[in-house]
Amino acid sequence: MATETHGAVAEAADHAASGAGMPQLDFAHFPNQIFWLVVTLVVIYLILNRVALPRIGAVLAHRASTITNDIAAANDLKRKAEEAEQAYDKALADARVEAGRIAAEAKAEIQADLNAAIAKADTQISVKTAEGEKAIAEIRAGAVDGIRAVAKDVAAELVTTLGFKADKGTIDGAVEDRVKG
Amino acid sequence: MATEAQGEAAAHGAEGGLAFHPMDQFIVKPLFQAYDNVVALGEPGSGGEGLTGLTESGHEVALTAKQALEVEAGGSVAINLFEAGIQQVHWYTITNVTLWMAITVLAIVVLLILGTSKRATIPNRTQSVAELAYGFVYKMIEDVTGKDGIKYFPYVMTLFMFIVFANFLGLLPMAFTTTSHIAVTAVLAFAVFFTVTILGFVKNGAHFLELFWVKSAPLALRPVLAIIELISYFVRPVSHSVRLAGNMMAGHAVIKVFAGFAAIAAIAPLSVVAVAAMYGLEVLVSFIQAYVFTILTCVYLKDALHPSH
Repeated sequence: MATETHGAVAEAADHAASGAGMPQLDFAHFPNQIFWLVVTLVVIYLILNRVALPRIGAVLAHRASTITNDIAAANDLKRKAEEAEQAYDKALADARVEAGRIAAEAKAEIQADLNAAIAKADTQISVKTAEGEKAIAEIRAGAVDGIRAVAKDVAAELVTTLGFKADKGTIDGAVEDRVKG
Repeated sequence: MATEAQGEAAAHGAEGGLAFHPMDQFIVKPLFQAYDNVVALGEPGSGGEGLTGLTESGHEVALTAKQALEVEAGGSVAINLFEAGIQQVHWYTITNVTLWMAITVLAIVVLLILGTSKRATIPNRTQSVAELAYGFVYKMIEDVTGKDGIKYFPYVMTLFMFIVFANFLGLLPMAFTTTSHIAVTAVLAFAVFFTVTILGFVKNGAHFLELFWVKSAPLALRPVLAIIELISYFVRPVSHSVRLAGNMMAGHAVIKVFAGFAAIAAIAPLSVVAVAAMYGLEVLVSFIQAYVFTILTCVYLKDALHPSH
């Protein structure tokens, strides 16, 4: 007992005397360190595996999905805005086409009315013209007959005045020849 | 003679002058050290061993002359049984190792569990750091080991969190650095070594040996390379553990040495600057060594999962 104690004391004293001995190489303390290290590692492993890592993993996954969802929602809204713009453009274009169509229709209607009116006027004009021409022809025919009668009368009068005697038939024939010639 | 040394050890540094004890910070000691009163003086040394005393529980301890006088005068002298070499550190003894490992666990719990307790989509600072640590290790495994290494993520994360916190906690003044001990880092490294080797054989069978048979090399060179690969494979746990323990121990010892110089007033300002600079370097080293240990674990894991070169 006593020698053992002395041995320990001497060892401790040597340790202190050498001063710079490496406590790391003191094998007597190895079991203690290894035991507590294993306990520590097991505890840390259980803590991480059971609680910490699933929780952080879930938080990160949740964040990632939130970001993805938000981006998807933003894209959706952007798409909707684009659709609305397209719809507006389309409505505008349609309205323009409609306006053009209505204008064309009105124009066509007016044109048709105008054409009808012109046609009517033309027919009226041609009727009037025909009537006029007929009247002129009648007048002309009347005038030629009048001239013939006057010429015959004048010729008979002249012949009589000059002291000649001629029958009416001869004079008319002569006048007819002259008028024709 | 032994008593003198003992007394000196007990009162080291108090006598003034330069006294360097850079390795004292690494001593494993019981958290609850037992004291015992000396009830009687021992027999005068059988072999000139100096003064001894008998304690209440019947241990024979060495005494200084001063203590012996006090016992003779009837005063009570309490002896630290651990320093006297009587209180042993058993495997179950609660030591400073236990304390600082417990603090490491506590720090990890605070960061990774309390810090993330809100499960906020927009994280606060602590949760950010926890997520950063998670992402850091996760990406490391994914990049180095590949997708099939992800299932070993909790294991690698355990190693990383333990080492990084043990390293940083060791930087606190008066702290005990658990990772500066080869016993600790060797357990970590051998755990990785055995895991990886067993995993390699379980996953790949005899194909795992292709790790040593470099197919891309000329046939004549392959046996030589196989020997080199084999040696390097078995050196892995040694280098893996000594790298970490050596870095942590050296840095802390150097800080202590620099601090020891502060006892000389003229050098003290320089010493303070040196300690500050060294401390900054150690902060860097603490993280880098944790990172190196973890990434090497990932590399070894990759070798186990995909042994062919």
